[in-house]
Amino acid sequence: MARAVSTKRKLWFTGLAWLIGLVIFFPILWTVLTSFKTEAEAIASPPSFLGFEWTLENYATVMERSNYFRFFMNSVIIAVGSTALGLLVAVPAAWSMAFVPGKRTKDLLMWMLSTKMLPPVGVLIPIYLISRNFGLLDSRAALVVVLMLINLPIIIWMLYTYFKEIPGEILEAARMDGASLRSEIIYVLTPMAVPGIASTMLLNIILAWNEAFWTLNLTTVNAAPLTAFIASYSSPEGLFYAKLSAASTMAIAPILIMGWFSQKQLVRGLTFGAVK
Amino acid sequence: MGSISLNKVSKSFGDVQVIPPLDLEINDGEFVVFVGPSGCGKSTLLRLIAGLEDLTSGAISIDGADATNAAPAQRGLAMVFQSYALYPHMTVRKNIAFPLKMAGMDPAEQDRRIAGAAKVLNLTDYLDRRPGQLSGGQRQRVAIGRAIVREPSAFLFDEPLSNLDAALRVNMRLEICDLHKTLATTMIYVTHDQVEAMTMADKIVVLHDGYIEQVGSPLELYENPVNKFVAGFIGSPKMNFIAGAPAQKRGADSIGIRPEHLTVSRDAGEWAGVVGVSEHLGSDTFLHVNVDGIGMVNVRASGEFRVKYGEQVFLSPIEEKIHRFDAAGLSI
Repeated sequence: MARAVSTKRKLWFTGLAWLIGLVIFFPILWTVLTSFKTEAEAIASPPSFLGFEWTLENYATVMERSNYFRFFMNSVIIAVGSTALGLLVAVPAAWSMAFVPGKRTKDLLMWMLSTKMLPPVGVLIPIYLISRNFGLLDSRAALVVVLMLINLPIIIWMLYTYFKEIPGEILEAARMDGASLRSEIIYVLTPMAVPGIASTMLLNIILAWNEAFWTLNLTTVNAAPLTAFIASYSSPEGLFYAKLSAASTMAIAPILIMGWFSQKQLVRGLTFGAVK
Repeated sequence: MGSISLNKVSKSFGDVQVIPPLDLEINDGEFVVFVGPSGCGKSTLLRLIAGLEDLTSGAISIDGADATNAAPAQRGLAMVFQSYALYPHMTVRKNIAFPLKMAGMDPAEQDRRIAGAAKVLNLTDYLDRRPGQLSGGQRQRVAIGRAIVREPSAFLFDEPLSNLDAALRVNMRLEICDLHKTLATTMIYVTHDQVEAMTMADKIVVLHDGYIEQVGSPLELYENPVNKFVAGFIGSPKMNFIAGAPAQKRGADSIGIRPEHLTVSRDAGEWAGVVGVSEHLGSDTFLHVNVDGIGMVNVRASGEFRVKYGEQVFLSPIEEKIHRFDAAGLSI
């Protein structure tokens, strides 16, 4: 007999889920609300939740004071560029690990993942110096390469998991049917892996978009993305919470909208292979 | 044309030898079945022939030409996989067309061949569907369709029916046999099901731990098994093996007697026993009889023979049908 779930239990769990969801979402909600307050309201104690005078003044000031679109374009170029470059490297890597694994493939995968456990600040100086020596400080190219390398383990792991789900027999069937390695990849593997490649791409764009450590340390003006745009509102004249919130909202809005539209794809990507 | 010859072929995975060196000749147009329990190396042997695994040593020739190091596609063989291995993102038509497209065949000829295969396999109405929208039997037909359009010199089947339900399996078995008669192409068929082997094969190759135990026609194996393994593997229900006094009396270490070669009587016979479970199938009755000093003996009686649990019966083996084995398990 299937386990019956009582209505009371269902209500309880639904309530709990909503509560957890709200707790997680609250900082974002608070940021958005604060961005519509005046600076005085933003630091008022006790704070008002909705009963304040709504204003767009902060957005106007932010747009006036900084060139939002330049930061935005830098973010787009860095996120998309590092993702594209990452996929270019990761697809063949994941392919070989999934379909022609060697004795040490598992160790290699674990090692790659372990690099994610390294505190980034540990390699800040070498990477900074390398960038400087190549004349790449404050350049989008350096960030594209660095962010690609930072996220590469995750891209390879995700693609590896996806490729593992593709039955080897189908590729063998293609081989029996006379497909060369090239046709096998173009006509059989890639179409079957498109959902996996797409969700890997989406996740990586989000990770690269949100990356703050390297983008803040390796850029100043020319290549500065939206993370630097936010950071520029938390200094030198002191904190301006309302303007800072407006800048943050503008920085996260594009990726939030993209995430909203692709949430199905993302959830599927992250839980792929976990069940079944 | 489709003769295949294996010469001292062996395969090891690391230190584990899966197939010790073996020789095998498969003649053009033959329906050969590799049969054996799980893990006996039958699928590996098929994959070696297909070129999906590399040989550790030995040589394979197809139609007289050396194919030892040839890529799978160059061997002119077509394979039907256990999981069907259809391309899920392509329609049935595109699945069947795939090998033709890879061969760069002219589209008109492709269409002609696809239509032909679809007609033979009753797939005409399903050509624009995707594999996910088909039943197991239909998917299996598509896999076969993809194999036949290439007009290969031999077909390789890797347990193609094991994912189907019992009724469908019998139908597909007949269809594959029909196909063999129509195409008259060599077929190599791997199964662990001895009934499939017996009903389909011209020649059965019985494998055990990578070794070929015996090669022969179904009836040769049934009537003259070379050892206890083949004797026990071929035939259903299984042969009874009896050691001790009844065997010594017949000058053997042990004897084997098939369930259908025992006569059952209520009155008199060589061995007395008590009926345990009896399975009434209508046409036949399978009895499990507990015989003193021998143990459980399976008997195949006629459908009319009605006995109940706990009744006493007498069994007598048909003398000329008894198989005698020596201490090493070989037939005497």
